[in-house]
Amino acid sequence: MLKNKENRNLRVLIYVVCVILAIISIAPFYIMFINSTRSTTEIQQHAIAFLPSGYMLNNLKILLGKSFNPAVGFGNSFIISIGSTALAVYFSSLTAYALVAYDWKLRQPFFSFIMCVMMIPAQVTTIGFYQMVYKIGMTNHLSMLILPAVASPTMVFFMRQYLQPTLSMEIVQSARIDGAKEFMIFNRIVLPIMKPAIATQAIFSFVSSWNNLFTPLVLLTDQKKYTMPIMVSLLRGDIYKTEYGCVYLGLAMTVLPLVVVYLILSKYIIAGVALGGVKG
Amino acid sequence: MRKVKNKKLSYARYGYYFSIPFAVAFLLFTLYPIIYTVVIGFTDLKGLGMTNFHFLADDPFRNFKTVLTNPSFKQALSNTVVMWLLNFIPQILLALLLTAWFTDKRSKIAGQGFFKVIFYMPNIITAATIAILFNALFGYPMGPVNDILVSLHIVDKPVNLLINKSIARGIVIFIQTWMWYGYTMITLISGVLGISPEIFEAAEVDGANRTQTFWYVTLPNIKTILLFTLVTSLIGGLNMFDIPKLFLLGGPDNATLTTNVFIYNQAFSGSYLYNRAAAASMVMLVIIAILSGILFMILSDKDEAALRRQIRQQEKSFKRRQKEIELIEKAQAAEAEKAVNVVTEQSDAQINEEDAVEEVGTDAEK
Repeated sequence: MLKNKENRNLRVLIYVVCVILAIISIAPFYIMFINSTRSTTEIQQHAIAFLPSGYMLNNLKILLGKSFNPAVGFGNSFIISIGSTALAVYFSSLTAYALVAYDWKLRQPFFSFIMCVMMIPAQVTTIGFYQMVYKIGMTNHLSMLILPAVASPTMVFFMRQYLQPTLSMEIVQSARIDGAKEFMIFNRIVLPIMKPAIATQAIFSFVSSWNNLFTPLVLLTDQKKYTMPIMVSLLRGDIYKTEYGCVYLGLAMTVLPLVVVYLILSKYIIAGVALGGVKG
Repeated sequence: MRKVKNKKLSYARYGYYFSIPFAVAFLLFTLYPIIYTVVIGFTDLKGLGMTNFHFLADDPFRNFKTVLTNPSFKQALSNTVVMWLLNFIPQILLALLLTAWFTDKRSKIAGQGFFKVIFYMPNIITAATIAILFNALFGYPMGPVNDILVSLHIVDKPVNLLINKSIARGIVIFIQTWMWYGYTMITLISGVLGISPEIFEAAEVDGANRTQTFWYVTLPNIKTILLFTLVTSLIGGLNMFDIPKLFLLGGPDNATLTTNVFIYNQAFSGSYLYNRAAAASMVMLVIIAILSGILFMILSDKDEAALRRQIRQQEKSFKRRQKEIELIEKAQAAEAEKAVNVVTEQSDAQINEEDAVEEVGTDAEK
């Protein structure tokens, strides 16, 4: 009886904390969406409102009349994120498979090496990277932001941790007996086994690539090549200084697609993460 | 026997083949830039669009000395460390608490899926957007936060919160925690779900309560994932850029200036001091390397290392025992030889003696 009461109290506490956290998570975005429909004068009078107003199109006109171009930002961000995620996921799986399935001499040193370079953040190499890319005249090429994803040590580490207990060598052996080539075995048998891990890693990779500001900011100087985060940083500039509604609308335009896609995929995201954990 | 061995070797080479793309990309896009950055750190390379450089002949370490004595850099470094620590501690505690709650089979929290989705949401939103959004939320004279404060009569008239150094830093810390605790929670939950359910059942059967289960079953089993979270968060934290750069441009008065913002400002604005930025990058790389090295030493694969040591010891003791056995066998063989000699010499006498002893023995029993 006492235990039940304790249980109920704990449950109430858990729900209260969770609801508060949920409100804190949503509130800033709610304010943003509402304010994106209000005029600058309305916002100046009262910066918080619960109901939207009707100035969205007006705000949009002012917003697009200046340097902010969401379509270009989205296009470029999309190309970079899709490209780098595909490369990172595929080649990290391949490298992880090499580390798990084959007994080669340099396997352990190579893995230790990956563990070490995992620590190297992209940012500390940026000066050298920028100079290198500048020298070969590729500063405004999106490929320079995509190709480095082939070597993603963190993801290799994660994939290996997943594959190590999951992969049964018997399957690989029987495929060999059936005459499958090693590369085929990887593509046809191992990749499907890794699907849950790939889904999780792909989501994280896509998100971090989409949201990356530092490297694109350094490499891209041409306005036509700007990614979404660079576009967003324009909203902080002086040209939008007094246009409050406009700034909120610009921010909302970058958030809305992300939220929609996220809510559609959220089940898969959470389930994918959970699945990845069960197996690993 | 020989054939089998050859076949194994022929598969082993695929390990090399499949690692080639990674290795090539790594050499081109990470190793070469790192070496290049190191080199630039020792040169006079500066100015927009410059690529030619000369090594500093008089004092090769001039850039490093300048950076390390630069008050802005020192300030940036301490800001970065403080802001990371103060965001990581509440973040991991909150994530652990939520993990314990959500994975507890006994309380069965409904709506978990919903909460996970909401908590994780800030993480997928572009950090650049969030920085500017918070800048607008804390706007002066009329931002939403000021609006709330005035409506609740906490302050009489709007205050410019963002010129206060501690508040500015506090907001950056809050944003970081707010963005990342959901991610950390999901990672930890996936780790807990990876623990075999039998262990939990066993703990329950043994009468462990919630807290005990969490401390003695859950935590030890997600050690690796905790380490992973710690290291990735540390590296992410030491490279904080988007939020401080766009929230207040490192201000007010360098209060939210991080090392990465410092490096960016040195290299890509003002007088384009690539050399000094490169030196600062290398200082950061060394710090990160040392810290992660220590972390790994403390936490990484302690069990695995212990296991390896145990196996080695077992091998050693096995060898030792084999040697001992060999020695004993030798000794026994020698003794046996001796004994045989003795026996053949004295056999007759011995037999007589034994008979005598037996007789004595039977007498004594009687």
